[in-house]
Amino acid sequence: MKNIKIGIPKALLYFKYKELWHLFFQKLGCQIIISSDTNKEILENGIKFSPDEACMALKIYMGHIHFLQNKCDYILVPRLACLKKDEILCTNFSALYDLIKNTFPTNIIHYNVDVKHNKTEEMAFIKMGKTLGFSKKESQLAYYYAKSRADLNKIKMLDEQKKLLQQKNLKILLAGHPYNLYDQFIGEPIQKLLKENNITLIFSDIYEENDLNEQVKTITKTNYWTYNKEIIAAIVQYEKHIDGIILLTSFPCGPDSLSNEMILRKIKIPIINLILDEADSNTGLITRIESFIDILEERRKRNEERTND
Amino acid sequence: MKKEPMISFPHLGDYYIPIKFLLTHLTDYKVIEAPPITKKTIELGTKYSPSFVCIPFKYNLGNFIETLEQGATILFQAGGGCRYGYYTEVQEQILKDLGYDFQMMTIGQNKIITLNYLYKTIKKLNKNISFFQLSYYVLLTLFMIHFMDKIDDYIRLNIGFETQKNSFIDLKKEMLASFSKTTGFFSLLTKYLKYKRKIKNLKINKPKNCLKVGIIGELYTSMEPFSNYFLEKELANMNIQVKRFTNASFLIYQKKFKIKKMQKYIKKYCTYELGADGMDNVYRAKFLSAKGYDGLIHIKPFGCTPEIGAMPIIRKVCEDEKMPIIFFSFDSETSEVGIKTRLEAFYDMLKIKKG
Ligand code: SF4
Repeated sequence: MKNIKIGIPKALLYFKYKELWHLFFQKLGCQIIISSDTNKEILENGIKFSPDEACMALKIYMGHIHFLQNKCDYILVPRLACLKKDEILCTNFSALYDLIKNTFPTNIIHYNVDVKHNKTEEMAFIKMGKTLGFSKKESQLAYYYAKSRADLNKIKMLDEQKKLLQQKNLKILLAGHPYNLYDQFIGEPIQKLLKENNITLIFSDIYEENDLNEQVKTITKTNYWTYNKEIIAAIVQYEKHIDGIILLTSFPCGPDSLSNEMILRKIKIPIINLILDEADSNTGLITRIESFIDILEERRKRNEERTND
Repeated sequence: MKKEPMISFPHLGDYYIPIKFLLTHLTDYKVIEAPPITKKTIELGTKYSPSFVCIPFKYNLGNFIETLEQGATILFQAGGGCRYGYYTEVQEQILKDLGYDFQMMTIGQNKIITLNYLYKTIKKLNKNISFFQLSYYVLLTLFMIHFMDKIDDYIRLNIGFETQKNSFIDLKKEMLASFSKTTGFFSLLTKYLKYKRKIKNLKINKPKNCLKVGIIGELYTSMEPFSNYFLEKELANMNIQVKRFTNASFLIYQKKFKIKKMQKYIKKYCTYELGADGMDNVYRAKFLSAKGYDGLIHIKPFGCTPEIGAMPIIRKVCEDEKMPIIFFSFDSETSEVGIKTRLEAFYDMLKIKKG
């Protein structure tokens, strides 16, 4: 097949797998169309096509699917149930494929990862290639290529982030699911505000993967959501090198509702949890963030005075 | 002075009877169920819970606080799919932060309950117990649950048509009290058969074409009547036959064997399992439509992620099957009046449709 257009919604797991997806489809010679940044229209359509109580992140995703409809041959909608033994993901990721299929009349290309049932990521990508008319070998090569490049990129980003830890100004860890941290409507405005206040931002989706389980155990012993464990590991890794933590959550996130509670109860440095929903006015948020920054500055000053004494 | 050890656990409908029975026989400690759920329970639970956690967490936490106040020192929590598996650790942390002194026990790890794990847990409380003893009582308890669920199924189909008010409930209460005094398999079976006969002999006046409604949705709100504002009682008052699939028997052992069958039945709608019990409810929507039911009621805690993910698919099934459905969501702020009003409107609609 030639000139296949694959639409990728710029929401949910896009922010986690974008390199992998880009490189894979590029290598195969497919054309990729990325939906635009979340905007008002996307959000409104998302709300329209989602169940009322869905988390804001899922609503946004639905808006992006709506945006891509009729703009491409296939829309990429992954279905991920289990990435590691004894762990699960938010059930939204297990339901995503069928949820979209029953809501929009559109062609979906998807891959299914469910390690518990022996469905690995590699197999999933090969199958995806097959749907598009590529041989097993072609897809496999493209997958290896994409995977190794994406991994390299992660290492590079980690190095860069580590350098930031040397900075002298206030450093805040923005912790949360990547689709919340980087979404134009959820994390972006907060990032902007913090940067304007001369804060160095550290992100929880860039972290060291070694010893993850050990690090998580210092906060919680039984948490079993893979993506939440990653957030916790990042918090443990950066805790000693930063001034404070902002936990970002999209309302009413299931896993976060419990996972965050443990974090808030166990972490000793200043931390706030910002919960965003589609009806939020920014003013309340701005006040909370600003007063948080004040607290961090105060705390720094006191600490410095103490060391000078 | 050290407090005398006392075991307790949160409520889930009538299941406190078999749970208490089991724990009493497996340990030498005193076992008490949490005080009955009241408005106060949910207020307490809500006060100390994370703000938008699902409502079963709040009920459980309220149960724990009330039972700790009564002197409990060892708490049992179950675990299970979706968020339930993580309740234990978070609740333990919250209660310890509140200053309570107790031991927290869980009967499942990594969301799976196995006999071995249960044995290890119970061993901590009772060194002398043998694996055989444990298996014996677990099996006996499972049978008790199975019998209870069977009787409940029958009651739900018929209670709306009893000729003498409260005849079913009174007899059921008697049965449960008798079950709790079970001494072995034979004794349990005798009791079951006796009450089964008695209950089936209760007079009903059930028209052939009565209204039939299925309750589907999340497990806690399905099984704990307080959490759904006694929905089934309301339906009985409206003279409706009720079918509900979710019960302990289903969750503990039936589901495993039904997954393949359910998947096949709803292939058109679901390529995959949706997570937690989402897919089961898609199946039930289709199944009850085929069985000629008149309407469906879907219930869940506010924000229940797996059910929210399944809802659009359930809706689609109901559209295709022209099956009326109403969705209820429960939180500590949910207005009981609001639910009742919507239920009445739904009932009127079903009645008109049926003609
Ligand atoms: S983890 Fe939370 S934010 Fe992410 S999809 Fe699930 S409910 Fe939504």
